[in-house]
Amino acid sequence: PWKAMHDPATQIWTSFIAHEQKRDQHQSSKQHGGPTMAEKGVKVFGMWASPMAIRVEWALRLKGVGYEYVDEDLASKSDALLRHNPVTKKVPVLVHDGKPIAESTIIVEYIDEAWKDGYPIMPADPYDRAQARFWARFADDKCNAAIFPVFTATGEAQREVVREAQRCLKTLEKALEGKKFFGGDAVGYLDVVVGWYAYWLPIIEEVSGADVVTDEELPLMKAWFGRFLAVDVVKETLPPRDKLLALNKARREQLSA
Amino acid sequence: MAGGDDLKLLGAWASPFVTRVKLALNFKGLSFEDVEEDLSNKSELLLSSNPVHKKVPVLVHNGKPICESVIIVQYIDEAFAGIGPALLPSDPYERAIARFWAAYVDDKLVAPWVQSLRAKTEEEKSEGLKQTFAAVETLEGALRECSKGEGYFGGETVGLVDISLGSLLSWLNATEVISGTKIFDPVKTPLLAAWMERFSKLDAAKAALPEVDRVVEFAKKRQAQAAAAAAASETK
Repeated sequence: PWKAMHDPATQIWTSFIAHEQKRDQHQSSKQHGGPTMAEKGVKVFGMWASPMAIRVEWALRLKGVGYEYVDEDLASKSDALLRHNPVTKKVPVLVHDGKPIAESTIIVEYIDEAWKDGYPIMPADPYDRAQARFWARFADDKCNAAIFPVFTATGEAQREVVREAQRCLKTLEKALEGKKFFGGDAVGYLDVVVGWYAYWLPIIEEVSGADVVTDEELPLMKAWFGRFLAVDVVKETLPPRDKLLALNKARREQLSA
Repeated sequence: MAGGDDLKLLGAWASPFVTRVKLALNFKGLSFEDVEEDLSNKSELLLSSNPVHKKVPVLVHNGKPICESVIIVQYIDEAFAGIGPALLPSDPYERAIARFWAAYVDDKLVAPWVQSLRAKTEEEKSEGLKQTFAAVETLEGALRECSKGEGYFGGETVGLVDISLGSLLSWLNATEVISGTKIFDPVKTPLLAAWMERFSKLDAAKAALPEVDRVVEFAKKRQAQAAAAAAASETK
């Protein structure tokens, strides 16, 4: 349905409908004092191959919250996405009862707070929360930057970037010491944030011919990969491996061209 | 302040990220030991408290270190929840919006601005400034939305975004002194210009922000050092 809305005539019609709906909603919300049926609920704007978007799904499923998933064509973003996230125009965006939130880690914290009586995602103690946020930031800023070159490098250059990626991941691995998950006995915020490594890294390794997360170099991380992939909410949401592999192969060729 | 809380801030006077933590502590009314680090000769305490990045600021609370300025500010708000004003709103949606804009300040304003200050070519500098001004324009809109007619991003009272942006004020003023460029132009971004005036007058801000003259001197010295290093490497 989203793809059908992209030709100009349809766009004019759908934006007219949206305007009329909004006007009606506004009038009825004046009467009832809240969002109407049309606005209520949870929507996730994402993309099937996006590791950032999947974080949001994991968080919602841990809470047992139902949602509608809108799979965006990033080369041709929907009006709704651009309207909900005019600042960065990126996925994922969570829309809860009509109110949009962008930035995956911020969305995950929001989900934890908005459904505070459900599964606890963030640690309870302020110090532990600070640690979890620190490592999430470290992973997103440093590890991701170290992993990306592995994807495109070849030969001797690849060996060097693999070592750098391993150095980064070894630092992150410290947060796993003595625990089943980053969150302790059960999955928590940091698992949700870095969990994509468990599925995407082996694919990156296969596509680029590199070995990054090995039993010798990163035993704790490797073991955690296995445990994380066995978690129900993770199993339910992972995109098909062959499709993801094919997409990454194609991307690598594009980038190397 | 809660009995028995030992707060040490490992910092450097010129760093806006350190200023950010001072602002949060001041707004909360918390007393702390202000430890000035020599960044060319970092203390054992700093290196052991932040082994990953070895950077300031680090807040050491009863011996336990917390790193990364925005993370520290949230920690202060949560660990001292009963003390002083709340730095984040209580509504989850509003908290998410505050976190979004705080991240935006660092990613979209500070990053290109630093790039323009450190630029080696005119092109790099003007590209950095272009992105900085684009971010400033967006923040003007954010202030309009978030303030809801009141004086701050946090509404009636100072919040996370005010603290994140406010930490830059001495450097914004210094930039104007050095290059004549007003980052918060009162014509283009009147709300931000007014906000800057208002924020600077707050006692907590005055106590935390470094003197503009000192920052100007510091920035000029650094520019001279960078220019000398560049000249030296060119004459090899």
